Amino acid sequence: MSTELSRSPEDGGSTPAAETATAAPAAGAVTAVDPRLLVREQGFKGYLTEFVRRMRSGELGSVPVVVGLIVIWAIFQSLDSAFLSAQNLSNLSVYIVGTGLISVGIVFVLLLGEIDLSVGSVSGLAGAVFAVLAVNNGMAEWLALLLALATGAAAGAVHGFFFARIGVPAFVVTLAGLLAWNGLMLQVLDSTGTINLDDEGLVATLTSHYFSDVAAAYGLAAVAVLVFGGAQLLDARRRQAAGVPFRPLAEIALRTGVLAVFAFAAAYTLNQYRGLPLALLVFLAVLVLFDLLLRRTGYGRKVFALGGSTEAARRAGINVAAIRISVFTLAGTMAAFGGLMIASRISAANQGAGSGNLLMEAIAAAVIGGTSLFGGRGNVWSALLGMLVIGSIANGLALLGSPAHLQYMITGGVLLAAVVIDSVSRRTQKSAGRT
Amino acid sequence: MSATPVLALRGISKRFGAVQALTDVDLEVRPGEVVALVGDNGAGKSTLVKAIAGVGPADEGEFLWEGKPAKVERPHDAQELGVATVYQDLALCDNLDVVGNLFLGREINRVGVLDEVEMERRSRELLQTLSIRIPSVRIPVASLSGGQRQTVAIARSMLGDPKLVILDEPTAALGVEQTAQVLDLVERLRERGLAVILISHNMADVKAVADRVAVLRLGRNNGVFDVAGTSQEEIISAITGATDNAVTRRTARKAEGKQ
Repeated sequence: MSTELSRSPEDGGSTPAAETATAAPAAGAVTAVDPRLLVREQGFKGYLTEFVRRMRSGELGSVPVVVGLIVIWAIFQSLDSAFLSAQNLSNLSVYIVGTGLISVGIVFVLLLGEIDLSVGSVSGLAGAVFAVLAVNNGMAEWLALLLALATGAAAGAVHGFFFARIGVPAFVVTLAGLLAWNGLMLQVLDSTGTINLDDEGLVATLTSHYFSDVAAAYGLAAVAVLVFGGAQLLDARRRQAAGVPFRPLAEIALRTGVLAVFAFAAAYTLNQYRGLPLALLVFLAVLVLFDLLLRRTGYGRKVFALGGSTEAARRAGINVAAIRISVFTLAGTMAAFGGLMIASRISAANQGAGSGNLLMEAIAAAVIGGTSLFGGRGNVWSALLGMLVIGSIANGLALLGSPAHLQYMITGGVLLAAVVIDSVSRRTQKSAGRT
Repeated sequence: MSATPVLALRGISKRFGAVQALTDVDLEVRPGEVVALVGDNGAGKSTLVKAIAGVGPADEGEFLWEGKPAKVERPHDAQELGVATVYQDLALCDNLDVVGNLFLGREINRVGVLDEVEMERRSRELLQTLSIRIPSVRIPVASLSGGQRQTVAIARSMLGDPKLVILDEPTAALGVEQTAQVLDLVERLRERGLAVILISHNMADVKAVADRVAVLRLGRNNGVFDVAGTSQEEIISAITGATDNAVTRRTARKAEGKQ
């Protein structure tokens, strides 16, 4: 491996010339492969050159956030050895779920190239609606939960309607929502102030339940690895049968292997403490589901298309207004879901819910995770990665006993860094994209 | 040239407020024929195209599709009939790859999820039959050159199996080589028996691929010429009206009378 690494720079200088020399005569005879296409070489070196090329052309993807996360974890671990303990990491994994769910909705809105400033207020409203219905009015918890989610969906649909049908900028619509839904939450909570949730209830269980059997976490990791590897193999086989380019077996094995390492390391760590948290399982399930929705369905393709060029999407016969309304509805629903998760963690709905820096954290997580503010680029996993960064900073500083103002400043700095990376990579992509 | 016209417009008129954009315009396109629609800025080319594409329906006039009267009031109506329009400002999404753009709005699904394999296979097939060369169908459209983007946009219009393709300034802002590629593609559309309406300001392109040239001037027909027997100067003078005198008006009347 090390010889490969050390050899690559000198090879890098000579290969392009050699390639063009051999490609020119070949192009006349065989037209199958375009000589302009930089075909990835086989083996590890091919990976490396491909990786370097992607970085140079601004396709950074998740690399900055992963590097940032490693740096943050290394710094906090060196300052306090309790940081990477199983207990702390397990708590961190539960802590990030509430805001992370809100952030999933934000990812969809950002993909359209829009913003939703109301998600914090909507999450607080959902928690209040649930608490009032379930605790004060004695409604069945599952029904109250559904109604709370429906409240979020309705709030989102209202934003979507004013944005898509009336043409009010999303920024302003959701800013109005930020205020209005917060006011509505205060009215809903009016007579009671803080409402404590039933500790044994469905919602409280969301964050307090752990699958303590070690088989749960390991089983989940194994299923994830098997499904991922199997899907990749099946896809490669179908592609081979259809005569289109497919991933070589070695690459599939490598990808599956990397996933396996991460999955089993996480499962091992969680099992060292209390096992697999239910909240994390829910979060992962949501991520997988929305990832499939975004990358594997016509709906997701339309969301990306709108983020790329609204006019092109319209001319392709896509119902632009319907997609926009649905995305804002989805953001509202996920905000409500996140709000219930947060209410579950503190076992209460109170007047302060959904305020403070919750909104900023949810948006920052999506951007830090690699979803572009300019629309059309990103994925739902950025909600997880971004929340890991933000959660780690908050958690690490809390361990060190640092005051809150330091946390705000550092998170603000990280957000700025993420947006700078986004803007610069967008510029680099533009200059590298059009050849 | 004997077949029934795919599209025949008779006496098309269109007003925008106080402006009479089109007056009594006729146009015919037959299968396997490339008709260039030329005229100066403001001559009414875009208005006429919008009327055909259903974006801005005409106020008056007959719309005959394969000899039968048809109503085109929305873009959807035109698409149903088999009209595909490739707009000047390329209706492509930069962030999607070639396959994603080709199938945008008409994705192929397999048990509820996108069938990427089938779409990729068909994309390659389509690009191959049109002899379009793209480095890879899996790269974002942003990294293609202007000419490649134009060919992708044209290829995209082919997916709906149209009978008439309208190309609005397909070679504007393209280089020499890229222009040639697009013109090649136009000829291939003709070989496949499609009717093509080509809007262009470039006389060289028009002379190169068009069978007939329909000239619009100030919202009216100003002559239809067979490219083979007409000099570039004649077409240009019809466009600009430089020789707008009794003699040319008389020949123009004759030309109009013939069709």
